[in-house]
Amino acid sequence: MSLMRRIPPLLPFLLCAGVMVSLQQLMRATGTQYCLTQLTMSLYYAIVVMGLCLLMGHAGQVSLGHGAFFAIGGYTSAVLTTHNFSAWGHSSLGGWLQQGGVLIAKEDVFGNAILTVSPWAAFLAAMLLTTLVALLIGYPALRLRGHYLAMATLGFGLIVSKLLVGSTLTGAADGINGVPPWPLAGSLTVTGKTAARVQNYYIACALVLLLLLLLRNLLRSRIGRALQAIHDRETAANAMGISTAAYKLKVFLLSAWLAALAGVFFTHFTGGIGPSEAGAFKSVRYVALAAAGGMANLWGVTVVSTALNYASLRGWFGSLDNAVFGILLILIITLAPQGPLKPLGAWLRRVLRLRNLSEERLERS
Amino acid sequence: MDPGNLALQYFLSGITKGSIYAVVAIGFNLIYSATGVLNFAQGEFVMLGGMVAVTLAQFVPLPVAVTGAILAVAVVGCLLELLFFRKLRHHSILHLIIITIGLSIVIQEAALHLWDEKVRSLPYFTGNEISSVRVFGAAISPQVLWVLGAVGVSVAGLHVFLRYTLKGRAMRACSSNPEAAMLAGINISNMRTLAFGLSAGLGALAGCVISPITMTHYEMGGGLAIKGFAAAILGGLGNPMAAVVGGLLVGVLEAASVRYLPAAYNDVSAFAILLLVLFVRPHGLFGAPAGAQVREH
Repeated sequence: MSLMRRIPPLLPFLLCAGVMVSLQQLMRATGTQYCLTQLTMSLYYAIVVMGLCLLMGHAGQVSLGHGAFFAIGGYTSAVLTTHNFSAWGHSSLGGWLQQGGVLIAKEDVFGNAILTVSPWAAFLAAMLLTTLVALLIGYPALRLRGHYLAMATLGFGLIVSKLLVGSTLTGAADGINGVPPWPLAGSLTVTGKTAARVQNYYIACALVLLLLLLLRNLLRSRIGRALQAIHDRETAANAMGISTAAYKLKVFLLSAWLAALAGVFFTHFTGGIGPSEAGAFKSVRYVALAAAGGMANLWGVTVVSTALNYASLRGWFGSLDNAVFGILLILIITLAPQGPLKPLGAWLRRVLRLRNLSEERLERS
Repeated sequence: MDPGNLALQYFLSGITKGSIYAVVAIGFNLIYSATGVLNFAQGEFVMLGGMVAVTLAQFVPLPVAVTGAILAVAVVGCLLELLFFRKLRHHSILHLIIITIGLSIVIQEAALHLWDEKVRSLPYFTGNEISSVRVFGAAISPQVLWVLGAVGVSVAGLHVFLRYTLKGRAMRACSSNPEAAMLAGINISNMRTLAFGLSAGLGALAGCVISPITMTHYEMGGGLAIKGFAAAILGGLGNPMAAVVGGLLVGVLEAASVRYLPAAYNDVSAFAILLLVLFVRPHGLFGAPAGAQVREH
């Protein structure tokens, strides 16, 4: 019995891992493994929504600019890993960077020798740039409340997407193609190659589970409780000695990191990125997905956003995709404002409790 | 054309677009004051107004078509309130805002299937594409005068309505203190429906007058909602007249960036300036800081 009580905290993770594995097995059995590509993409998109869950559901801040952070992450690694830095090769700085493994020499498709930044270094640069931009936009935005913050982030997202379309460095309206694979460790590589499809699916699964575990622990700490106080009554939280400004900035930064992280993985996985990733529609969609998943419910937002993104990436609803998305959004929020998983969980718990009760009764008799 | 006249030309085009943003921003404000909800389907009212008027204009004279479109869209606005927001009053504000986003997507898709993806437009109210009026050396289409006139008259009318009629005062009472208004015997629910109807009708009017210049397209609502939201925020939420200043400013900034920056960057300066304004004045140009702080709807 004591074991039964201790399992539940980890049970959802095991359950989720089980579902992930059985999905892959099911697709293997039915010969539809090509669907894993879209599932992997949806998992990466879900990471952005997880960040928004933290920001909206737990800190009460709305950001309509998270598509921009996704794009900043993705574009930074795409530009650095495809741009030819051979002009630097002869300088002492270039040589030094090459020895440190930051710049790597290879051949392009035409067989010319080129010098590009290694994916790991590009990843670090992407996170660094995201930190800078998030602080730059987040610090003054802290003074803004509610709808004013939403507008500021929306404006920021629009500026980023216009700059991406307008600049030749980022490939203008075409975006960037031919982003190389990202060797993580050993033979683990983030790439869109068909042979590595299953491996990449599990990389995305592991990343999502790891982040879920980390975020869940974060929310159960002092930080999580402070955020909850800010969400419920900002003025009251302030009066209790919670530095609301500092916490809001930290959560904003954390959610920006998550979006950028997803962007980097996504770009290496699909081999490219386009300016539409930074568009207002994408950002609004992330917010809508977070709301549909229950806003404060980490599991709910992850499951709902993965499922809905997968459905639209696979084109289940054809030309009615947007209409179905809108109707589902309205239905979920009208009927289950806490997210569809909450009522399901309550039902499961009731069933389990009933069974436990009847077992106890049996034991007693 | 000399530089002065060219600048005037861009300024006038900015004012024209800005007046449409102003109308959308007023719609945002009316609904925000009454319910606390930001209605992101506001741009769809403009689109619907244009679409319905274009369809009606095939059967009836233009003035009748425009009036019919305004009434029809106002009814749609009232229906949205009756069907969704009246029923869901106990949902949080954020949930209601997300529902307006959902509604805007659904309305857009419905328009795509009801009409089609073609760009259409009403005929010019007076004259045609090539007729122009000279104002201080700049040439403008007579339709611009129609836009400015229609928007000016409706804004003035709204001002008089809110200020001097019993209904309008009741509406303002609802927005400043819903509970006290209820105690004074005002039916708050009906005031909310009225707010939705009014802002939908205003949006439709804007959609009709701008249709000959910018054309009507099923996708136009989203962009208008963003610009209108920017205008409402720039002016300060909760103040319909400040929204007019906000809208005109956004329009002129946009025209200026078309004039001085590469085409790809056309909205960058408008939004950059908006961000700067927000960082210096977090409550918009005319917003009151105290009101926004501990206000619950």
